[in-house]
Amino acid sequence: MRPIATTRAATGIATGKLAVWWVLASEVVIFGGLLASYVMHRLGHPEWADAAIHTDVRIGAFNTFVLLSSSLTAVLAHQAAERGDGKKAARYLYWTIFGAVTFLGVKTFEWYTEITHGYTITSNTFWSFYYSAAGLHALHVIAGAVIMAIVARDAARNRQLHRVELIGIYWHFVDIVWIFLFPLLYIAK
Amino acid sequence: MNDMSFLERVGHYFDEIGLIRIGSTYAADIDFLIILVLVVVGVWFLLAEYIFIHFILKYRAKPGRKADYITGKEKHLKRWITIPHLMVLAFDVLIVVVSFQVWHKIKMDLPENPDAVLRITGQQWAWTFQHPGVDGELDTADDIFTVDELHVENEKTYHFKLEATDVLHSFSVPVWRLKQDAIPGRSITGWFQPTITGEFDVQCAEICGFGHGVMAARVMVEDAETHASWVAANTPVAAAPAAGQATPGTQ
Amino acid sequence: MVEPAVDLTHGHPHEDHAHHGPQGIMKYLWSTDHKVIAMQYMFTGMFMALIGGFMAYVFRMQLAFPGMNVPGFGMVSPGEYNALVTNHGTIMIFWVAMPVLLAAFGNYLIPLMVGADDMVFPKVNRLSYQIFFLSTVVILASLVVEGGGFAGAWTAYPPLSADETYNLTPLGSTLWLVGVGLEFVAFLLGGINFITTLMNSRAPGMRAFDVPIVVWMIVVASILFMLSVGPLLAGAIMLLFDQTIGTGFFNPATGGDPILWQHLFWFFGHPEVYVVLLPAMGVVIEIITTFARKKVFAYRTVIFTVVAIGVLSFFVWAHHQFIAGIDPRMANIFTITTLLISVPMAELCFVYIATLYRGSITLSTPMLWALAFVAEFLIGGVTGIFLGAAGADVYFHDTYFVLAHFHYTFFPIAIIGTFAAFTYWFPKMFGKMMDERLGKWHFWLTIIPFNMIFIPLFVLGMGGQHRRIYNYEHFPELAIPWFQDMRQLATYSLLIMLGAQFIFFYNCFKSWRSGARASRNPWKANSLEWTTESPPPHGNWHPDDMPVVYRGPYEYSVPDREDDYWPQNEPALKGGPGE
Ligand code: HEA
Ligand code: HEA
Ligand code: CUA
Ligand SMILES: [Cu+2]
Repeated sequence: MRPIATTRAATGIATGKLAVWWVLASEVVIFGGLLASYVMHRLGHPEWADAAIHTDVRIGAFNTFVLLSSSLTAVLAHQAAERGDGKKAARYLYWTIFGAVTFLGVKTFEWYTEITHGYTITSNTFWSFYYSAAGLHALHVIAGAVIMAIVARDAARNRQLHRVELIGIYWHFVDIVWIFLFPLLYIAK
Repeated sequence: MNDMSFLERVGHYFDEIGLIRIGSTYAADIDFLIILVLVVVGVWFLLAEYIFIHFILKYRAKPGRKADYITGKEKHLKRWITIPHLMVLAFDVLIVVVSFQVWHKIKMDLPENPDAVLRITGQQWAWTFQHPGVDGELDTADDIFTVDELHVENEKTYHFKLEATDVLHSFSVPVWRLKQDAIPGRSITGWFQPTITGEFDVQCAEICGFGHGVMAARVMVEDAETHASWVAANTPVAAAPAAGQATPGTQ
Repeated sequence: MVEPAVDLTHGHPHEDHAHHGPQGIMKYLWSTDHKVIAMQYMFTGMFMALIGGFMAYVFRMQLAFPGMNVPGFGMVSPGEYNALVTNHGTIMIFWVAMPVLLAAFGNYLIPLMVGADDMVFPKVNRLSYQIFFLSTVVILASLVVEGGGFAGAWTAYPPLSADETYNLTPLGSTLWLVGVGLEFVAFLLGGINFITTLMNSRAPGMRAFDVPIVVWMIVVASILFMLSVGPLLAGAIMLLFDQTIGTGFFNPATGGDPILWQHLFWFFGHPEVYVVLLPAMGVVIEIITTFARKKVFAYRTVIFTVVAIGVLSFFVWAHHQFIAGIDPRMANIFTITTLLISVPMAELCFVYIATLYRGSITLSTPMLWALAFVAEFLIGGVTGIFLGAAGADVYFHDTYFVLAHFHYTFFPIAIIGTFAAFTYWFPKMFGKMMDERLGKWHFWLTIIPFNMIFIPLFVLGMGGQHRRIYNYEHFPELAIPWFQDMRQLATYSLLIMLGAQFIFFYNCFKSWRSGARASRNPWKANSLEWTTESPPPHGNWHPDDMPVVYRGPYEYSVPDREDDYWPQNEPALKGGPGE
């Protein structure tokens, strides 16, 4: 049986939600450290603009659009879950996963093009940051999609519906990280 | 030693007890700061320990006596915490002020127009010293390069450019109270002015790999005459005509 | 990892608790019980302490008798010396101080002290230990791989740590980094559990300021850890890429910057010292209040002070880099913030001393350890002020003065604090009382040698001796005889101290086998862990009899009460003295 501890809520907030927020707090500082390092370097190296020219703003913008839409479906999934409609929530979650997969597909194509043009992670420090930051973000997208698949499967059977919200919070975070990455890596020339 | 003021004598304390010599113009300032901190925090430390041990001895459990019920909100007791801790703040300010002065003198306000400029380069696991040579200019053909041996003239102001070729090193001369990390890709300028002649240790103060422990060098602080003859004896033979040309190979 | 709320009122029968989950040895390996996980952390930490202590023994022998064949190890080469020092530091901090004080006692105490039957995420808790265990294997493996263990100091400054042509330990340095990274992940998972458990599963009636200080301290420490380790994790990824695939994040030749690592490291590194300090401070105040039969002097002040320390600790990191080539103006700012932190720290120390005032003090073994912690930590604390003043740090940086400073903080924390906690909660953990006489012998034979090790090292540091140098005979100024005598004094004292640990282990073994049975509350303390059996059963209390809290944990010697203690869960009598 499950410990009594897991069922208490002295703060009035569900324990799962608290935990997700703390996970995000620790994630924020990881990305924060990486991006702060990048920005400090970037300010000290105006010549990186020459490297940044070779990133493709259109692809980045398209992916931003994909992620934003997937966040929207995550919200809709949450709303459906609130109403107790697990089937619908699961359907929206599958759309979100579809967004994640699209994002990753586009990313793969983009990286493939860049690498074949000779811009690899070791080309210079701009590219090192580019691949590391985007790669770390992509790992989060993958992790998010996998967890979402599990949550969606349960939700479809009307189980663990509160998890729909939790994975949604996480997904917004993944989205927001990208909102920072996009201008920093693509737009700033 | 008698013509020194009291404060100056404080700065020379470690030298006098034979712990470490005062070898540069700012060494005594650092020692003064250290002793100031020693006294300030020392008094607090002794006081705290005294009260602490006093309480332990005085309030040992005795049959029939119960401890007092004190919450810490009582005004007359609480001020025993509040007042000391405001005083700690005041002493902090004192330390900060003196520390600023010393720090500025050593690291920020470099004396202008030094008598000579040196280049010091750390690499795994040796120090290379580039002395300006007879013409007094660095990066000319008469520069004297030495390994693990720095020759300077007493009572002269030097600037140095500290560089590294591979990993971090740190140039440290304890008798001068001089320490500065050397970073590959950068050139850091610092200064010193020796005040006593002799031969002193240089230690590498940043771990730099296998041979860090043997990355020892010596500084030779010489009087004007000895130094001049050292320079004369060590000027590269081919140097004199080509003076003025930059030496390649240094960054 | 998230489970829906279950109706509490159904009350599950006791047998459910006893018979579920895996049996036998697997029960211990796969248990989700917080007490079992605490033990796993503790014994791993104890084992690592012996390894870290053995390393100290080897390199101290080399320092006292350069070039000697160290019994049990052999000749120490310069590379081995560096590797020993590096891994001694790494292991003592990340595999001893953190797992024992934070993870073991955090796991053991938090549910018991807040009146819960387990952590809120028992499976995450188990995963945390499993990752930690893996990290232990990795760090131990890094010591024996080809090329030897990592030897670039626990701070791992690049370019040395980033490039195998410089550090000559291609495998060792990568495994070291991976090991430390895994360990961080383990503690992040553990931390989330600690924080949410305190927030959400407190016993009915327990308000924020009814929580024992040690729980607060561990939770604040977890938060500090969580908010500071991120940048270093990012840095660790960069360093790993530099090491393995040849990126140049920290390589000046390709536009990278070695100083960046130092900022990332110390942004974490300084809060980290408070991460290990706070749990020890918490343990100590529990013991002091119990054995002085006193209420904490100004409970709320302690909590607010701790939060202030936590916040300030994020703004002092560059005091480790005064002479590292940062902008000298930055040194001024960091001198101010560093000295500022002495204000709340002083406040905390004064509160501890004030708690003794008009108490009724019994000098039992745990109390001796706790008092020794305060006395010794003060030395470590005030010597930090010398280093915080940038002008003095020019001289002291990377000398044995720094070394002695932080051993006077770390040793009280990781060794004295641990022994305090261990001897205090031993009756609860194992159901037996420890032998007081042996305990006192062990105490004195640890404390006296400890001072005799590190006071000489202060003197050597003031004399200009630098750290991480395997043989001072290369430096004429340091090779003088009385300096060497000091080094030998330190080493001899260490030998005595190491020997004294056998008393401790013997005492543990003997007490566990044949000590007197411990009652529920042998120290007559107030907090909730003392209201259950010793050792507590699975689930801590009977599910129908979970504690309810009526008051704070420090109601000792309340006037007009017969007993000089007042357990948190004892309902106030009608007409009796109120709250
Ligand atoms: C848990 C461990 C711990 C703790 C608690 C501290 C606490 C402090 N440390 Fe320490 N420190 C380390 C562990 C710790 N440190 C380590 C490991 C290193 C070296 C790392 C390495 O390079 O390998 C280090 C190095 C280090 C340096 C860098 C030295 C150098 O490399 O050049 C500095 C510099 O400012 C410093 C300062 C301080 C200060 C100001 C405190 C303060 O928190 C202390 C505050 C406490 C008090 C001040 C005592 C109580 C107050 C009074 C009794 C009142 C009287 C006081 C005044 C009037 C001011 N420490
Ligand atoms: C928590 C931290 C910690 C602890 C406890 C210690 C303990 C000791 N340290 Fe260490 N040390 C460091 C952290 C620590 N150290 C760090 C960070 C460095 C810097 C590394 C670097 O430069 O990169 C360092 C470096 C360092 C050096 C510098 C080497 C050099 O620069 O050349 C020296 C030299 O004497 C030294 C000595 C010792 C000694 C003699 C002890 C003795 O006190 C050890 C005695 C140990 C025991 C007696 C073990 C007892 C414990 C138990 C039996 C377990 C009990 C457990 C439970 C009850 C659960 N240490
Ligand atoms: Cu060069 Cu250490
Ligand atoms: Cu610090």
